[in-house]
Amino acid sequence: MGFNLVLTVIPARSTKAASTSEVSSSRSGGRVGLPRWLWPSFAAPGLGWLVLLFLVPIYAVLAVAMSSRLDPIFATPVPEWNPVQWDPGALADAWSPQLGTVLVRTFIYVGLAGSLSLLIGYPVAYYVARHGGKLKALLLVLIIAPFWISYLMRMLSWVNLLQPSGYVNRILMAVGILQEPRGWLDGEPLTVVLGLVYGYIPFLILPLFASLDRIDRSLLEAARDLGANPARAFAHVTLPLSKQGILAGSVIILLPMFGDYYTPDLLSGATRTTMFGNQIYFFLNSGTGGNKGAAMVVILSAIVSLLMFYYLYTVARAAKEAR
Amino acid sequence: MSSLAERRPKAEQTSSLRLVRAWFSNPWARPRFLPVVTWLYVLWSIVPVIIAIQFSFNAGRSRSTWQGFSLRWYLDDPDLSLLHNPLLRSALGQSLKLALFTMLIATPIGVALALGLARWRGRGSGAGNFLMLFPLVTPELVMGSALFIVFTTLLTFVGLGTPAQLLGHVTFSISYVVIVVRGRLFAIGKEFEEAAMDLGASPVQALRLILLPMLAPAVFAALMIVFAISIDDFVISQFLKGGASSETVPVLIYSNVRAAPTPALNALATVMLVFSMLAIVLAILFHRRFAPGGPKGQPGESAVRDFARLEI
Repeated sequence: MGFNLVLTVIPARSTKAASTSEVSSSRSGGRVGLPRWLWPSFAAPGLGWLVLLFLVPIYAVLAVAMSSRLDPIFATPVPEWNPVQWDPGALADAWSPQLGTVLVRTFIYVGLAGSLSLLIGYPVAYYVARHGGKLKALLLVLIIAPFWISYLMRMLSWVNLLQPSGYVNRILMAVGILQEPRGWLDGEPLTVVLGLVYGYIPFLILPLFASLDRIDRSLLEAARDLGANPARAFAHVTLPLSKQGILAGSVIILLPMFGDYYTPDLLSGATRTTMFGNQIYFFLNSGTGGNKGAAMVVILSAIVSLLMFYYLYTVARAAKEAR
Repeated sequence: MSSLAERRPKAEQTSSLRLVRAWFSNPWARPRFLPVVTWLYVLWSIVPVIIAIQFSFNAGRSRSTWQGFSLRWYLDDPDLSLLHNPLLRSALGQSLKLALFTMLIATPIGVALALGLARWRGRGSGAGNFLMLFPLVTPELVMGSALFIVFTTLLTFVGLGTPAQLLGHVTFSISYVVIVVRGRLFAIGKEFEEAAMDLGASPVQALRLILLPMLAPAVFAALMIVFAISIDDFVISQFLKGGASSETVPVLIYSNVRAAPTPALNALATVMLVFSMLAIVLAILFHRRFAPGGPKGQPGESAVRDFARLEI
């Protein structure tokens, strides 16, 4: 699942090691005796693999999306490998008003789930980073634990709880909020949004924690000494300094949310909560809908590409700092 | 520290108001609202999973009413238990098989790629780095559908099912190995290799005798992490599955959770949870204990924190 994205933008730990290696590398730049092909040849198998099984497949998506040809016998999509022959009309054909509705719904769900995650995640990350004290390690373990629990297992847990006879209904009825069990799993948008929050929020908290934990406390003391009240100190010191973490964490959770299809499937399954990912999955697996499905993948990629490139940029910068 | 609280005696202020004010204006006071939010969050994130685990031990069929403890869904039930149901067993086997092979293929490729990218300074290294990071930010749905399309149109000799799933898992795992190993490489620096070469070792000897042993903990951590992410993967496995025989545990959970599930599904998920937790705990322990120059002070906390930063 979202593990794919949880690569924190925090540079490698030891700044001391980084600075000493800088000294030594400047001393020995262009070292004699090391053949120039040595290191590229180490990278070659991995890069070759990624070209063949990452770049080529991405190109294949474009080739299928931009082609409107179908195999005459099997009615499966035929890719158009030559970009000169690409037909942008095929991309436009994939569009329909119904898809527009789904897209708007996806944006609403992802927007709500993302803001809710930030609203819950920031105080948690802040507390652990600033006031964790002796419990910091324990809290961190508890916060990291969901990373290593399969997403599907975590959704399964909620399906158990949200069943008509499940604990959620029973508690709400015991308290008197509900008179009879509610079908939380029968197409409730609220369930889907909360499911998204539950699924992805750990991936937001970790980079947030890392950026809050790095803030130098003396800066806050200085702000206080200079007369800022806590709210001002937070708004002018803590918040700006954690901006990086907020942005990185948000991107990390927004990317997989846009491509999610299993959460609405598991927690609702109704057409009125269908997200963009569900449409992609449906068309790609429907045999003749391959071109349309691929075109939707292209649309999705275009939507998230801005987020992706922003994230790649920050990671590359962090890696450069770490050197 | 608490002396920072304001002490201006103001007659018009009631004492309770002053207390609130003093508390509010003391930056080092222990917060009250935040710990409540934090612990509620922790409960919210962990308790549902614990309840799901609990129901895997339920004596009855229900996944919402506790009917007593039993190992029925693990061992005893003749048809539906984990031990006896062929579907559940095959999913478990498929998940473990994929994770094992992915680990063994992706780790060497990733370690070599990390070494190459960290040391290679020439033209092309920037593009290489970029290509390595790209799979990490690509939504899995995009990657899964791209691989699905390429295996059904271009590389049709790779059959959907285990071969395609294995290739897909290795593809998304390589970048994780690079991230883990690269973090260690940066921390080690270049001095050790250079010292070895100054003393007459060839580049290959320096690599084999000095750098690789120093990297061993990171390599082990990478193995375990690849195992864990492969076992937990859903989207790639789902897109590239052939028939029922190549369904992994997450795929099986997906297709059964809304149909007619018994607590055996919970039992299956619990077993997988144990596997991936075990892998991660091993990775953390090994990485910390054997990493040269580990930080002093609170070992437990720094281990976790370090892990959170570099490895995940």
